[in-house]
Amino acid sequence: MAADNLPTEFDVVILGTGLSESVIAAACSRVGQRVLHVDRRTYYAGNWASFTFNGLLSWIEEYNQGCQSTVETVDWRDKVDSGEEILLLSTVDTSISNLEVFCYTSEEPEEEEEEKKGAAAPTSPQSPIEVSEGDKGNQATSPTDDQRCPEGETTSDTPREGQPEQQDEAESSGLAEEQQVQNGDGEEQSKEQPSSPAPMEAKKKISYAKIIKEGRRFNIDLVSKLMYSRGLLVDLLIKSNVSRYAEFKNVNRILTYRQGNVEQVPCSRADVFGSKQLTVVEKRMLMKFLTFCLDYEQYPEEYQDFTEQTFWEFLQSKMLTDNLQHFVLHSIAMVPPEARIKEGLRSTQHFLRSLGRYGNTPFLFPIYGLGEIPQCFCRMSAVFGGIYCLRHSVQCLVLDKETGRCKAVIDTCGQRISCSHFVVEDGYIRVEQRKGVEYRYISRAVLITDRSLLQSDLEQQISLVTVPPLEPGAPAVRVVELCSSTMTCMPGTYLVHLTCSSLGSALEDLGPVVSKLFSKPPGAGEEDAGGDERPAVLWAMYFNMRDSTGVERSSYELPSNVHVCSGPDALLGSDHAIRLAEEVFHQLAPGEDFCPPAPNPEDIIYDGDGGQGEGSGFGKPVPAEEDTAGGGIEEETAAKDKMEGSKKEETSGESSAEVCKVLHPSAPITEE
Amino acid sequence: MHGRVKLKSSAQQEEEKRKEREKKLKVYLSSRDACFSKRKQGLLDEEALQLTQQLLSANPDFATLWNYRREILLYLETIRSEDEIQRLYEEELSFLEICLKVNPKSYGTWHHRGWVSTRLPRPDWARELSLCERCLSLDDRNFHCWDYRRMVVKLSGVPVEQELQFTDRLIGSNFSNYSSWHYRSTLLPLLHPGSPEAASPRREPPTSSTCSSPSASPQTHSHRVCEEQLLKEYELVQNAFFTDPNDQSAWFYYRWLLGRAEREEMISCVYVSREGERVVAAFSRPVNVSLHTLHLSPLVLAVPPHSFQHSCHPLSSPVICDLPPGTISDTSNEHNMTVHWTERRTHRDCALYTGSDVCVCVCVCIPVLCLQLTLPLSLSGRSESWCRDSATDLELFRSELSVEKSSVLQSELQSCTQLLELEPQNKWCLLTIILLMRALDPLGYEKETLAYFQTLKEVDSMRTSYYSDLCSKFMIENTILKMEYAEVRVFSLCDKNLSTVCHLDQLLLVTHINLSSNRLLSLPPQFAMLQCLEVLQADDNAIESLEGLYQLPRLEEVSLKNNNISQISHLKVLSTCPRLTRLDLRGNPIAQTANIQSELAELVPSVTDLLL
Repeated sequence: MAADNLPTEFDVVILGTGLSESVIAAACSRVGQRVLHVDRRTYYAGNWASFTFNGLLSWIEEYNQGCQSTVETVDWRDKVDSGEEILLLSTVDTSISNLEVFCYTSEEPEEEEEEKKGAAAPTSPQSPIEVSEGDKGNQATSPTDDQRCPEGETTSDTPREGQPEQQDEAESSGLAEEQQVQNGDGEEQSKEQPSSPAPMEAKKKISYAKIIKEGRRFNIDLVSKLMYSRGLLVDLLIKSNVSRYAEFKNVNRILTYRQGNVEQVPCSRADVFGSKQLTVVEKRMLMKFLTFCLDYEQYPEEYQDFTEQTFWEFLQSKMLTDNLQHFVLHSIAMVPPEARIKEGLRSTQHFLRSLGRYGNTPFLFPIYGLGEIPQCFCRMSAVFGGIYCLRHSVQCLVLDKETGRCKAVIDTCGQRISCSHFVVEDGYIRVEQRKGVEYRYISRAVLITDRSLLQSDLEQQISLVTVPPLEPGAPAVRVVELCSSTMTCMPGTYLVHLTCSSLGSALEDLGPVVSKLFSKPPGAGEEDAGGDERPAVLWAMYFNMRDSTGVERSSYELPSNVHVCSGPDALLGSDHAIRLAEEVFHQLAPGEDFCPPAPNPEDIIYDGDGGQGEGSGFGKPVPAEEDTAGGGIEEETAAKDKMEGSKKEETSGESSAEVCKVLHPSAPITEE
Repeated sequence: MHGRVKLKSSAQQEEEKRKEREKKLKVYLSSRDACFSKRKQGLLDEEALQLTQQLLSANPDFATLWNYRREILLYLETIRSEDEIQRLYEEELSFLEICLKVNPKSYGTWHHRGWVSTRLPRPDWARELSLCERCLSLDDRNFHCWDYRRMVVKLSGVPVEQELQFTDRLIGSNFSNYSSWHYRSTLLPLLHPGSPEAASPRREPPTSSTCSSPSASPQTHSHRVCEEQLLKEYELVQNAFFTDPNDQSAWFYYRWLLGRAEREEMISCVYVSREGERVVAAFSRPVNVSLHTLHLSPLVLAVPPHSFQHSCHPLSSPVICDLPPGTISDTSNEHNMTVHWTERRTHRDCALYTGSDVCVCVCVCIPVLCLQLTLPLSLSGRSESWCRDSATDLELFRSELSVEKSSVLQSELQSCTQLLELEPQNKWCLLTIILLMRALDPLGYEKETLAYFQTLKEVDSMRTSYYSDLCSKFMIENTILKMEYAEVRVFSLCDKNLSTVCHLDQLLLVTHINLSSNRLLSLPPQFAMLQCLEVLQADDNAIESLEGLYQLPRLEEVSLKNNNISQISHLKVLSTCPRLTRLDLRGNPIAQTANIQSELAELVPSVTDLLL
C-alpha cells in the first residue's frame, strides 16, 4: 500500500520517531490502538539517530542545504470543512545549529585496494584534505564552509537502509552510486596527494579515504547517551520484552580528567579494592560514603541540617579527600559543583544502584549505537499493527472550531486522516505555537581518534570520561569513548562523543577540552611529537542540538489532544524521554498497562475472528486488503535474518548495503 | 477493545505445559528402564552410550548412569585403537560440557569429567583450564569447578606462579571468595617458603634440647611464608578489609596470615605424690592415652596411664599414672624419675625403650616421629615433688597469632586501630585487635582488651556467649601468667564475669582457687585435673552442678555460697573427695529442702562442717 493510500482513521497519529514517540507508538499499539507513525526524515529516530559515516555526511549535507523538507506537499484546502480550522506544522527542522566539521587525516599513497574505477566523487574530497594539509595553525578555529563535507548527488537518500527492498529504481541506484562514490573518493584523493609522505609510525595511520571506505562500520550517534542498568529505559526494555531486538555491551571503565591526566575512577567495590591511587583510609572513606548514599533516605540525620549547602560542601564536610571529592562529584554523581545536596545524593544513588547489575560499571551501551533503541520500539509497534511511513509528514492539523480539539491531520499527500490523539515531536511545531518557549542547547562533538584515552591491556573498552569544568563557569563535559567492538566505528579507531550543556557554540564549549585530551596528528613534514600519549583526532564534528526538555507543555499553544514530545536532553541517561512517554501514554489510554511484556508467539490464538490488524500481524496468511497492517511475525523473522546477516557481514568483512542497517520494522508504506 | 492480541488463558497454557511435561516424563522413564535392563544384561554397546547420554543430558545427577557409562567406556577402551579412544573421550568431554550447562554444580558431571580427563590418552589441559575459567567467570564460587581445576592444575603441572596470578585476578574481580583466598594460602608457602630460622623464634625446650629440636621444626613451619611476601599479603588483605570491613573472607585470610603456630610439644609439668602413689604429667597438647604408654625410667615400668575419669575421649592432658603400691613409699631413698613421651606413629619402636640411655636411642632411630622430654625428679623425703617446664610464661598463650616479628604485629595493630576509628562498630576489626593485643602484650593491654570485648558484645549480640567465653579464657590466661611470675600456688579470679573455666591443666599444682562473683554455671569435668587443690571458693556464681569435683585427693574445703544448686544428686560427686570436711551451701535452693542435713550427712559422710 502506498503512502497516498493510507487508512483514513487512526486512534493515534505520531509524528517523529525519536525515543519518546517510538515508545508511545509501541505502548499504544500494544494495547490495541491503531497507530500511524510517520517521520518526514528518511531515517528513523530523529535526533536520536545513529549514522554510518557516509550517512552522517549526508546528514551534514542536509543541514548545509538549509534543512529543507524533502517531502513534496499536496494541496489540502479541499479537505477542510466549515466549522474546522487548520493548524500548520513546521516543515523545517531547526534543532541543529553551529555545525562544523574538521578533518585531520590524510590519504596514504599506498592504499591500493582503494583504486577502483568509479563515478566522480560527489563528496568533495578536496575539502578535508585541504584542511589537513593546509594551514595547520587555524584548523581548530577556522570552520569555513569548504571544510564541511561533501556536496553531491547522493542527497536524495541516506545510506541508511530504512526501506531497502521497496526502494524504487532511482533510490537503489542512489545507493549503488554511493558505494562507487566511496571508491572513487579514495582514488581521487590518492591521486591528489601522491607525494604525501608515509608516516613513520609503526601503526598505520588511517586515512580519510579509509574512513569513507569503512564508513559502514560506523554508527555515529547524534546524541550520546548511556543506559543506566537500573534506569527507566532498561527497566522498560526488560518489561516490554523489547530488549530482545537489540544487544548491549557493558561500559568497562569510568575515567576522569584530573590534574592533567586521565585516570580511572574507582566506583565499584572491585575498583576500590584494586585501586593503586587510594590509600586504605581513603578506600574506607569512599566506600563508607558510597554505602551511605545507596540508602541515604534512611539516614536523614546525616544531611538534613545541610539542606542549604551544596553537594560539594557536603562532601567536604564528610572529610573526603580532594581526589575523592572529585570522583564523587564529577564522575559518580555527575552534578555541577553548585548542585544541591539532595540532587547530588539522588544521582549518586542512581549511579550506585545501577552498579553490578550487568557488570562493573552502571552503564550499558547498545551495540550498533543508540539509534537502535527507538527503532526497537518502532518494531514492537509494527509487530502489534502500527503503520510506519518515513519521508512522510503531516502538513497541518484539522481543529474543530468549537472544541478546539484536533480532529484529523492532513498528511503530505494531502490525505485527511482522522485521529483522536496527535503526538508530535517539538521540532515540528511552528514558531507561532511556541512563542514563549525558551530552549536550552546541547553542545556536541564527535571525534574519530586513533587510540584510547587511557590505554590498557584490553584494547576493546567502552569508557565514560568525565571532565570537570576546566575553569569556573565552564561546562562539565562528558566524554564517551566507544571501541570498534560496539559496532560503532571501524577497527583501529575509537569513536568519541563529547557532550555538555551549551554555554556558547559547540566548538567554543568543547574545543578546549578536545585540545586538552587529544592531539592533532602530525601532518606532512611535521615531526611526530614523540611522547605524546594522547590520542590523535582523525576527524571531528561539532554541532549544537536544541534541548526542548525544559519546556512546559502549557508553553505551547496547541489543542489539548496534541501531545508534544521533547527531543533528547543533555543528561547521560534517557529517563526523561521514558517518563514523558509514559505520561503521554496514560493520557492517551487511561488505565491501560504501559508496555506489558509481549506474549510468547505460542500463546497467541490465531484462529480467532479478531478484527483487522490483529490476524494479519501474526503470521496468518495475509489477505491483500489487510496488507496495511504493518509488521508481523513474518516480517520480524525477516528482520532477524537481516540482523544475523549483518553480523556475518561484520565478521566476514563483506560489505553489503542491504544488511548494513538492521532492525527496521518494515515501512509498509513503501511497499507496492 | 478491538485489535488486541488474543492470548491463551493461563489455564490453557498450564494444560499445555502439563501435557508437554507428561510426554517428556514418559520418554524419560522408558529410556531409563531400557538403560537398566541393558545394564542387567551386561550389554556395553554404543546404544547404551546413546541412551545414557540422552538421559543424562536431561538429568546430569543420575549417578548410576554415570557408572554405567564408565563401564561401557572402559570396555570400549579394550577393543578400540588409541585414536578411536581419544575421539571417544573427546566426544565425552563435549557432552559433559552440555551437562554442565544444565547444572553447573552437578557432582556427577564434574566427577565424570575428572575421570574422563585421566583416561584421555592425550589430554588437552589447556581446554580444561579454559572451561574452568568460563565456569568461574559465571560463578566464581563454584566449588565443584574449583575442585576440578585443582585436579587439572596438578595433572598438567601449571606453574605455581601462574596459579598465584590466577588468584590475584579472581580476588581482583571479587574478593569475597573463600576459594581464591584459600587457594592462595596453599600456594604461597610453596612459592615463598619461610626460612625455618626466621620462623622459629620460640625457645627450644630447656631440657633435652639435643633431641627435640630437629624433630620440631620441619612440621611446624611448613606452612609459613617468607617475611617479604607476608608484608605484601598484609597490604593486599588490608585493601580488602578497608574496602569492605564486613566481608569475612578477607578477615579469615588475615588470621591465616598472622599465623596460627603449632605449639611446641613438651611435657609442661610432672607432679609426683608419694602419698597417692601417682604421677601426673601435663602435656602441651592432649595426648592419646590409649595409644601409648608412659615410661617412667629407670623403673622401666610400662604403666598404663589413664585420663581423668569422666572423659571417654582418648585424648587427654594431663595423664595420670597410678604407680604400683610401694614403688615410691621408701622415704629414705631418692627416687629419680624420667617421663618419656613418645607420640608413636609407627609400630616398630617397642624394643627401643629397654636400654638405659633411652633418649639417645630413640632419637637415632626415629627422630622425626618421636618427641621425648625428660624431667628428672627428686623425691627425697618429701611427700610430693614436681618439676615444671619454665616455658609456662608468655609464650604459652601466644600461639593464636604467631607472626615472627612483634614490629610487624605492632604495625598491623596500628592499621586495625585506624580502621576501627573509621568503623567503630566492626566486629571483625575489634576481634582482630584483641588478638593482636594478646599476641603483643597480654597483660599490658588487659584493660583495652576488656573494653573491646564489651563493645564486641554490644555490636554483635548474637555471639555474646562466644565473646564471654573468649574473654574468660583470656582473663584466666592472664591470671595464670601473673601467678607464674609470683610463683604461688594460689589462683584467684573474682568478679571478672567469667562464663567458663579453662586451662585447668595449667593449674595442676594450685592448692587454693577462688572464683567467686563470676557467671559460672558449672564446675566442668576438667576440674578433676586439680590434683593439689585443697580449698575451692566459688561463691556468688550460678553453679548448678559440680561434676568436676571428682576424686580430688586433697580437697578439704568447698564454698559455694549463693549459687544455684537445687538437687541433692548433684552433690553426690563430692563423696569421691576423701578429705572434704567443710562445705558451705548457704544461699542455694537446696538449703531449703527438708532433711537436707541428714541426707547430706549420709551422702558425703566426710563433711563435718556443713553450712546451709
